[in-house]
Amino acid sequence: MLALFYIFIGVAIGVSFWQITRILDFREVIATDKDNATQGKNALYFMAFLYAIMIYCLIFMNVIMLPESASIEGEHDDNLFSITFWLIGVVQFIMQFLIFYFTFKYKGNKDNKAKFYADSHKLEVIWTITPAVVLVFLIGYGLWQWNDVMDLSNEKDAVVIEVYSQQFRWDARYAGTDNTLGYGNVNFIKGINTMGVDMTDKNSLDDKQVTELYLPKGRKIHFKFRSQDVLHSAYMPHFRAQMNCVPGMVTEFGFTPKYTTEEMRQQPEVIAKAKGINKIRKAKGEDPYIFDYLLLCNKICGASHYNMQMKITVVEEDEYEAWIAKQPTLASVIK
Amino acid sequence: MSEHHHKETFVTKYIFTQDHKMISKQFLVTGLFMGIIGVFMSMLFRMQIAWPEKSFSIIEAFLGNHQTDGVMNPDIYLALVTIHGTIMVFFVLTAGLSGTFSNLLIPLQIGARDMASGFLNMVSYWLFFLSSVIMVISLFVEAGPASAGWTIYPPLSALPQAIPGSGAGMTLWLVSMAIFIASSLIGSLNYIVTVLNLRTKGMKMTRLPLTIWAFFITAVIGVVSFPVLLSAALLLVFDRSFGTSFYLSDIFISGEVLHYQGGSPVLFEHLFWFLGHPEVYIVLLPALGITSEIISTHSRKPIFGYRAMIGSIMAIAFLSTIVWGHHMFISGMNPFLGSVFTFTTLLIAIPSAVKAFNFVTTLWKGNLQLNPAMLFSIGLVSTFVTGGLTGLVLGDSALDIAIHDTYFVVAHFHLVMGVSAIFGMYAGVYHWFPKMYGRMMNKTLGYWHFWISIICAYGVFWPMHFIGLAGLPRRYYTNTNFPMFDDLLQINQVITIFALIGGLAQIIFIANFFISMYRGAKATENPWKSNTLEWTTPVEHVHGNWPGKLPEVHRWAYDYSKRVDPNDDDSDYLHGEDFVLQTTPLLEGEEPS
Repeated sequence: MLALFYIFIGVAIGVSFWQITRILDFREVIATDKDNATQGKNALYFMAFLYAIMIYCLIFMNVIMLPESASIEGEHDDNLFSITFWLIGVVQFIMQFLIFYFTFKYKGNKDNKAKFYADSHKLEVIWTITPAVVLVFLIGYGLWQWNDVMDLSNEKDAVVIEVYSQQFRWDARYAGTDNTLGYGNVNFIKGINTMGVDMTDKNSLDDKQVTELYLPKGRKIHFKFRSQDVLHSAYMPHFRAQMNCVPGMVTEFGFTPKYTTEEMRQQPEVIAKAKGINKIRKAKGEDPYIFDYLLLCNKICGASHYNMQMKITVVEEDEYEAWIAKQPTLASVIK
Repeated sequence: MSEHHHKETFVTKYIFTQDHKMISKQFLVTGLFMGIIGVFMSMLFRMQIAWPEKSFSIIEAFLGNHQTDGVMNPDIYLALVTIHGTIMVFFVLTAGLSGTFSNLLIPLQIGARDMASGFLNMVSYWLFFLSSVIMVISLFVEAGPASAGWTIYPPLSALPQAIPGSGAGMTLWLVSMAIFIASSLIGSLNYIVTVLNLRTKGMKMTRLPLTIWAFFITAVIGVVSFPVLLSAALLLVFDRSFGTSFYLSDIFISGEVLHYQGGSPVLFEHLFWFLGHPEVYIVLLPALGITSEIISTHSRKPIFGYRAMIGSIMAIAFLSTIVWGHHMFISGMNPFLGSVFTFTTLLIAIPSAVKAFNFVTTLWKGNLQLNPAMLFSIGLVSTFVTGGLTGLVLGDSALDIAIHDTYFVVAHFHLVMGVSAIFGMYAGVYHWFPKMYGRMMNKTLGYWHFWISIICAYGVFWPMHFIGLAGLPRRYYTNTNFPMFDDLLQINQVITIFALIGGLAQIIFIANFFISMYRGAKATENPWKSNTLEWTTPVEHVHGNWPGKLPEVHRWAYDYSKRVDPNDDDSDYLHGEDFVLQTTPLLEGEEPS
């Protein structure tokens, strides 16, 4: 690859200097009919290139994309995304065709005359109203989905989890049997109380601090996010979820996992992606990749921003209950 | 020119000049210099993304103690990304584009002797120069330049404990930007006053070329929104240096609790994006204005829908000030606000669509003179459409949460404001070079420059959408810690190769620019057979632009190919040629267009 890169650079520099010396008299300055013809044709060649790269990416890059949403709320997200993508895809293909085809078709010539066409009320109304109508639909669906995702008010059965960020790690705290998180503030950080939990708050006693997330499939998870130093962003791409962690305030987000990690690993899309990755890893002699849900930091937060992650495991409800029962409460850890 | 007889020295002519034409050249050359730095930085960090562990002698050569054996350190990676963004957005595309062409064209196209205040105009440039110098100096600070991203969100930008670049580097960044904002405000006020007051006889607002409309509205947005960034920056200075807590609260870092209480970083985000989003249009509108003018001139056709174009510029400008929250859907602000901002954001698609359709309709049945300026304008329309369409995805809060801050966003805004605005700037340079320097730029080099640039632009940014959809966050020093991104590495390498070629191809432009300045063919008064007033001035620059009386305007700027019989495309040109200068009086019985 590197050799290729140097060759490309060599070619580019060579061509440019060759061009400079070849036409050093710098007299050719305004496009002639011959130039118009050449450049018109170039516009067609370029259009071919553009269509090739657009179609190539659309087809062959499908495999690298995120698999179907692993949360129930994300389904509509995927839906809305496909609708939007089809729509803008069609417009894109038509508009690019018009732009470059017109450049070719109406290339200048001494014998031609341009059409004097300054205005058309009808056309302008059409292309104001059409986008407006389409947008009404997109906005409507988008807002409905947004409210659905962001509304956490009537979830009594939700699992409440605090996700806690600092340079450069994630921790989490489960709310325990009372399903209420104890108060937390940086002033309480001391020794092993790394999340700054107020141990005089009785809600804190049964809270459980962990370094990896386990989520039960099919139950709403109610996340509360905190940060102790700078902005971080909890990005869970497989669940179509993301929320900033802001020092000084608590932010919230919620979703319902749809597939366990095991189920996700069996999905054709995931298998195909893992296969592609493992081919690359094998060639480099690295361990094979096995799919896992991840929480990544997605807000620039310092030198090791690129390595701030936490594993998420989605399991069946009973498995989750067994796991959470094994975790020690804060009361038993922080004396 | 009796009133301008005073003797000019080298200093008053080339350095502390008050002549708008010279000031515009100063803006352009300074902008190009900053652009070279900004693009070079992007080439360095693209190499890091594509070959994360590889040693490069060029990195060893340029990054000094910020690299180890030719591999850059994580801190300097973030610094490069930050400064690249700052330089390109503010120094190249705001000052370099708007500063150059507003200065050159506003007096020339409205028929004024100079700007309303030549002195303030000079001050505006020299403040810009000073801020550029400070920004460049900040690159040499020992702990590295500002590294918190060009959006400088606190607390990261406020606390040197959080990242080394937030020490002296950040201080210089803030000082530089404060001076820059002062420069921009002085410039904008001058543009507004000049357009409103100094239009020559007959130059009604409804006869202004679309370039002037774009510069005028841009200046208005600048005056409305830049002061907010200044206040945001000042409050950040207070937090950093004087212990206030506007943006900071409840922070535990380096083993201690800091004293800050009650502030919120979300406040900063609001203030920042209140400029940050209109800034996109401050960058883009001048480019669209330039494109309108160039597409019309080189198509030999009137711009389609002149009034709709003005209306859409105004609509975009108005909406741009009430959409800033779409950068903050996941900031923790009230979800209801998110709904409002989604609504206003997607509305921008309507005026934008009108502009794109009008450009394409202007091409239709034209007699296209495919000069480099025209090709760059067509390229702009193409990238504006491509980048604009993905805005429908990102502006929708429900979709944004899944791809916010991924490479999808990077691809989107680079196409819609980065590449488009740069193309507009190049188009402007190729078109008005004869007016600036009295010589023509070479077209063959222009063609090479254009085709390599647009191929590389799409080669870089089209695939980038897809690695974003794969969930790859931006501003990662390396992706090797995530096996799930291993299959993106090859795509990143291809992108980097395109980026390097595209970056190097700009050498063609730089070479063409400077060689043409001295050896280009001598320009004629109106080389592109254009209608606007600047082409009625002599090739050799004179103070006051027109020797003798100011021109009088009798028509709009777009009477290209006007016919004897408006309904018959085969009939003769009404004025014998396919262009009619704005100074030409209406013939008897001629309908104004």
